[in-house]
Amino acid sequence: MREWAEYKLDESDGGSTVSISGPLLISTIGVLDRELREFEGSVQRIDLSGATEIDTVGAWVVRRFSKEQDAEISGASDQASDLLAKVEESESTADIKPQRPRTLERVPEEIGERVIEFGHGVVRVVGFLGAVVAGFGTLLRHPSRFRGKALVRQLELVGVSSLGIIGLMSFLIGIVIAQQGAAQLRQFGAEIYTINLTGRLTLRELGVLMTAIMVAGRSGSAFAAQIGTMRLTEEVDAMRTIGVSPMEALILPRILAAVLMMPLLGFYASVVAIIGGAFVSELTLDIPFLTFLSRIQDVVPIYDLWVGLIKAPVFGLIVALSGCYQGMQVKGNAEEVGLRTTQAVVMAIFMVIVLDAFFAVFFSELGWA
Amino acid sequence: MSEDHIEEQVISEAHDETAEHFDGKYPIEIEGLTNSFGDQVIHENLSLKVKRGEILGVVGGSGTGKSVLMRSVIGLQIPDTGTIKVFGNDVTAAEPDEEIGIRSRWGILFQGGALFSTLTVGENVEVPIKQFYPELEPELRHEIARYKTVMSGLPAEAASKYPSELSGGMKKRAGLARALALDPELLFLDEPTAGLDPVGAAKFDELTRDLADTLGLTVFLITHDLDTLYAICDRVAVLADKQVIAVGTIPELLETKHPWIEEYFNGPRSRAASATHERAQAMDKQPESGA
Repeated sequence: MREWAEYKLDESDGGSTVSISGPLLISTIGVLDRELREFEGSVQRIDLSGATEIDTVGAWVVRRFSKEQDAEISGASDQASDLLAKVEESESTADIKPQRPRTLERVPEEIGERVIEFGHGVVRVVGFLGAVVAGFGTLLRHPSRFRGKALVRQLELVGVSSLGIIGLMSFLIGIVIAQQGAAQLRQFGAEIYTINLTGRLTLRELGVLMTAIMVAGRSGSAFAAQIGTMRLTEEVDAMRTIGVSPMEALILPRILAAVLMMPLLGFYASVVAIIGGAFVSELTLDIPFLTFLSRIQDVVPIYDLWVGLIKAPVFGLIVALSGCYQGMQVKGNAEEVGLRTTQAVVMAIFMVIVLDAFFAVFFSELGWA
Repeated sequence: MSEDHIEEQVISEAHDETAEHFDGKYPIEIEGLTNSFGDQVIHENLSLKVKRGEILGVVGGSGTGKSVLMRSVIGLQIPDTGTIKVFGNDVTAAEPDEEIGIRSRWGILFQGGALFSTLTVGENVEVPIKQFYPELEPELRHEIARYKTVMSGLPAEAASKYPSELSGGMKKRAGLARALALDPELLFLDEPTAGLDPVGAAKFDELTRDLADTLGLTVFLITHDLDTLYAICDRVAVLADKQVIAVGTIPELLETKHPWIEEYFNGPRSRAASATHERAQAMDKQPESGA
């Protein structure tokens, strides 16, 4: 059992004395501290001769009490006197938490700041897009500065290494569309339209959209984290001082890789989704696998493929742009990298879906319905 | 008041073993320590004892495993073989997250400060206090956080700053404040003066010495800073060839004639540090001889 520090009040020879006894350590001071805080009355002397051990916390509690009571400390050992002096010179009344303005002021203030920040953000993104276009122009004029190796590396990371997960995801989506679609269409005996549903939906919308979301999660976040970490470790600054433009070395290869890979990945995803649909039709709808595939050619208009393929590079651009942009905005500490990475993914997915809606209206107006 | 006592005794049971002081001669005893990562052997049959109340400097070339040694002693790196006793308790037997009853008795300053980035400096100092002594009044905890901040050589206002608002040197001081939060008996410092300017580094050394003397600390100090070695270390342990090849005062080390030690202490930087130290000592003595 722990031995606690204690005190005794002694009222004799014309004044009261508080005698403190026991160990005055952080582990044993809790009760004494509370009792001394609640102490009422006046004390002229504090006797420390009964204290067995003392650390800075003990010294602090004794000193605070003696200051409150304006009492004299006696019987302190050498160590205790040292510690009392030490805590005295370290006394401070500073805040531990920064002062926060009142909620009434803080809320509108923060809303205002966010709105302004959003405006600046839009300007910066557009500026960044401009810088990318300009960088691309420079690259066209000086093709020798093009970083082929970096591009190939990014093509591999964005494209080849994501084939597995995108394939699996698309296959499952194909299965879900065909199976759920068939369940609804069966109600009026139109199961055969499952083929139209699967083919048109995946080629036109879902193949590319889901791929863009997957690429945003896989590569957009990686871009932001990689570039952000490089900013923190001053690699980006080091590049600039050596005359290497981060735009050419880091950003353009990533953006190009995403723009080039997205149509391929989107097409691949659509095809795998159709195979998934065919697979489930064979099992549950008695439509043979090959019949499903050959019917696709008849029921899906070719412009559905074009719609998907036209959207894909735009989505790739958005995903890569937001990843690289957020990465380049990192400054300060490691926490910022996480924050910016999240923002990159959220911004990319949000923009992709907004643009997808615009594309849907646009292509319908074109007559590609 | 009696209710309080009962309540606190319940809380205190978990920490009972933490309350007693260590009276043995060696707070840290390392025996036959072997550490390896894959094929790479860092330490082989390493032994070292740290005396109570001393400041032990640990030196060695880059990659000789100084930080790994410290991580082993504080239980973050479980060694392949060997025993490490801290205050007589074997730390190698426990997992890094396990309660071993001695974590409230040491303080550790990591190289970069390792402050919790979402908390202010003051709140960082309060974390160990809250963890081990939840019975303390919040007001006392705040008071402790305040005076520890100042004691570590930070301006008082720094208590309400977040780590990202501090310079490298201030982060180290804040890390020291947190390491000292519980008035530990044992203090681990991993390159405390690395990256500080010479004036700041000298002040940090002075602070370490001062705190070690007033609080009776045992300090395990990893450093590359020759000035620190000359100015404040009672003994120096040299890590080389996967072992502690020598422990002693600097003059004692020089007598061992080990090539690495000779190179280390006879290099131009070491001679400069030694000269500075001697000058400082001479300055200290002058007033006495004059009086």
